[in-house]
Amino acid sequence: MKTLRGKTWFRESITSILAMIIFVVLGGLLYPFAIEGISQVAFPGDANGQQIHLDGKLVGSKLIGQRFATPVLESDGKPKEVEGVVMTVPDPRYFQTRPSATEGGSDNAAASTFSNRGPNSTRTEEADAKNIKAYLDLNMAPTKQPYDPNLTVAKIPVDAVNTSASGLDPEISPANAWIQAYRVAAVRHLARATVDALISKYTSGRGLGFSGEPGVNVLELNLALDRIDS
Amino acid sequence: MTFYGWFTIVAFVVILTALALPLGSYMARVYTGERVILTPIFATPERLLYRFMRVDPERGQDWKAYAKSLIIFSLAGWLFLYLVLRTQDAPWVPHLLNPLGYHSPPWNVTFNITSSFMTNTNWQYYSGETTLSYLSQMIGLTVQNWLSAGVGIVVAVALVRGIVGRSGKSIGNFWQDLVRTILYVLAPLSVFVALVLASQGVIANFSDYLVVHTITGLTQTVAMGPVAPQLSIKMLGTNGGGFFNTNSAHPFENPSQFTNFFEMLAVLIIPAALIFMYGRMTGNRRQGHAIYATVMIMFLGAVIVAYIAEAHGSPAQHAAGLHTGVISGSGGGNMEGKEQRFGIAGSALFDVITTVTSCGAVNSAIESFTGIGGAVPFANLSASEVIFGGVGTGLYSILLYVLLAVFIGGLMVGRTPEWLGKKLEAREIKLAGLGILITPLAALFCTALATATKGGRASIAEVALSKAGGNTPQGFSETFYAYLSQANNNGSAFAGYTGFVQPNAGNLGAHGITFADVLGSFDMMLARYAPILFALAVAGALAGKKVSRAGLGTMRTDNPTFVILLIGVIVLVGALTFFPALLLGPIVQGLTGHLY
Repeated sequence: MKTLRGKTWFRESITSILAMIIFVVLGGLLYPFAIEGISQVAFPGDANGQQIHLDGKLVGSKLIGQRFATPVLESDGKPKEVEGVVMTVPDPRYFQTRPSATEGGSDNAAASTFSNRGPNSTRTEEADAKNIKAYLDLNMAPTKQPYDPNLTVAKIPVDAVNTSASGLDPEISPANAWIQAYRVAAVRHLARATVDALISKYTSGRGLGFSGEPGVNVLELNLALDRIDS
Repeated sequence: MTFYGWFTIVAFVVILTALALPLGSYMARVYTGERVILTPIFATPERLLYRFMRVDPERGQDWKAYAKSLIIFSLAGWLFLYLVLRTQDAPWVPHLLNPLGYHSPPWNVTFNITSSFMTNTNWQYYSGETTLSYLSQMIGLTVQNWLSAGVGIVVAVALVRGIVGRSGKSIGNFWQDLVRTILYVLAPLSVFVALVLASQGVIANFSDYLVVHTITGLTQTVAMGPVAPQLSIKMLGTNGGGFFNTNSAHPFENPSQFTNFFEMLAVLIIPAALIFMYGRMTGNRRQGHAIYATVMIMFLGAVIVAYIAEAHGSPAQHAAGLHTGVISGSGGGNMEGKEQRFGIAGSALFDVITTVTSCGAVNSAIESFTGIGGAVPFANLSASEVIFGGVGTGLYSILLYVLLAVFIGGLMVGRTPEWLGKKLEAREIKLAGLGILITPLAALFCTALATATKGGRASIAEVALSKAGGNTPQGFSETFYAYLSQANNNGSAFAGYTGFVQPNAGNLGAHGITFADVLGSFDMMLARYAPILFALAVAGALAGKKVSRAGLGTMRTDNPTFVILLIGVIVLVGALTFFPALLLGPIVQGLTGHLY
């Protein structure tokens, strides 16, 4: 009886090893390579991250949010760094993406991360307050009046202040875009109707007509603005 | 809250049910050996697989033999995955599949990752894009995504066979069930889902990370990888381990409003279909419908609470002066840790779907959910994977509860309990009781240990970050959620909790936190394999029993009365075991506007 039992363990072990081999080949090599092969042929743009090129240069992925900011320069002309992170200021000529919790608040697409700040945490309130101030400052004209005459703290859409989940959200809410449109139009000397038309053009609809929220793709919108200027 | 939000929830339930019904019938035919539409394609490969693996698929196994095959196979999978991860930087790995030259993760984190993926948990202390090579993601994690899903499903199938079986001790053949699950169920669905996702912007390549030069003169590095194939099986197999750190919140894993809806369907389709499969295999579809109604009622309750709570906004937002109502052009609500394209409804629904199942994928930060919104995933986990549950695990877990409910019902009316014509006796009830209690036991034991010891505190983000030094409901929630999620093989997280310190991408100078890594592994393995063994033992105990015709005194298990009884039993067990702990964490946060 004992030898018989030993045989079962042995036989099942051999089968397990053979099963692992075949499933690794099928599920771990053949399957991913097949999907990649088909995708690369059938939808190369999507399979490679919807890259956007400008004058032959890669300027971003449509799906990955980025900062539209310029480096702060030291008096000697070098970019200012604090603890290895280049300090930047948002460029008022461009629409700005949502706050990000990635390293340096910089939409670091090599290391996505949540903020993990809790609903009753003072850290959340402090971050919100800081982002509210930054948003108001950014949308404040040199005349000390907001570009959008109706802009108050209560009017700021939540997505403009709350950190996105991935830290790489490529979209902002239409309400957020409409407020920023006042600023962008003024700084670029464009009619606000022109800017609003572009916002509608780059707003994604709900999935299947009902799923999710509409969002404005910030990179596409900013590139379109630059095209008007040139 | 918006009309579109509520409409999404209703549409989801309708479409899910419409898709799961035919899939359930299809699966019932697959497991009873009937001819199905894919038989002409897969019959030959199926035979070749058996020959290669040296198994005789027709040889029936009793529950012990079935369990033995399952355990040995799982062990082989564990060893293989551990080796793959620990040799990530070996010289034989081609550059194409480790383009960034990542080193191997430390042993303790690898131990946790391995246990996590083998048990269908996919708890992640690491972040994919900074820790793992493409090869590790493919032959390591993707393979376990297939296999752990397959193992879960076959246990459920074996239990159903035991319940309905009328001939002797056999509950099927493990290898035949596994091969059929992968070939006839997982593979076709997975290829379909992967290609749909890839066509919508989920990336599928082996490129180096992209270097972007932005129009304002900054540079940005963008992680790439073979995401689509892994993503589809991650959702379908209720695995939930993200290719990237932020999982299905990452735009490359979930690029649009449509993919979010599609991925939610992919998570629940198999667990829902399995319930209908059960009904068909018992010969009385109403048995399946009763369980479907039970879990759907609990599911909808969770969705409604989560949606209302998140749409209301958080105390921190209100203290900062934000207005969280719906305005023109913005859905409002608690958008901390949520993506614009999913909005509040798409995030709350996704969260409930992946925490009632053992999926654990997230498209928003659960730690940033409001107190009551965050209590919902806690409550879902406290129900021990019965509200749909993981693929297979959900069905066998709720069947154990059904057994318990029949027993309690029998006690109430004072008759010997009978289920589908079989008399329930002390042995089955004991086994089912143990199977039900082991998961909460593991969760509470590990939480207590981690809360009370210094080793556990090292993992709590709140300790270092909050003014109160981690002695906050949030700090307790992090720990409790970690071990509750791992015990339920879920894998979602209050992601501040960590077992891995990684100063640089690529693991140079990285180290794990042994206490959290090893305790978590123990938690996952115990709560995975003990219930599996109990479920198989129940199958064995029931398989040989004589079937008698239902009489006047037999309690029916396919009517609304039984649905209410079953919900009562599930809520009672969950509430009695977890309520005190839940009070200390999320509920106390939900009841106060106080910030700390």
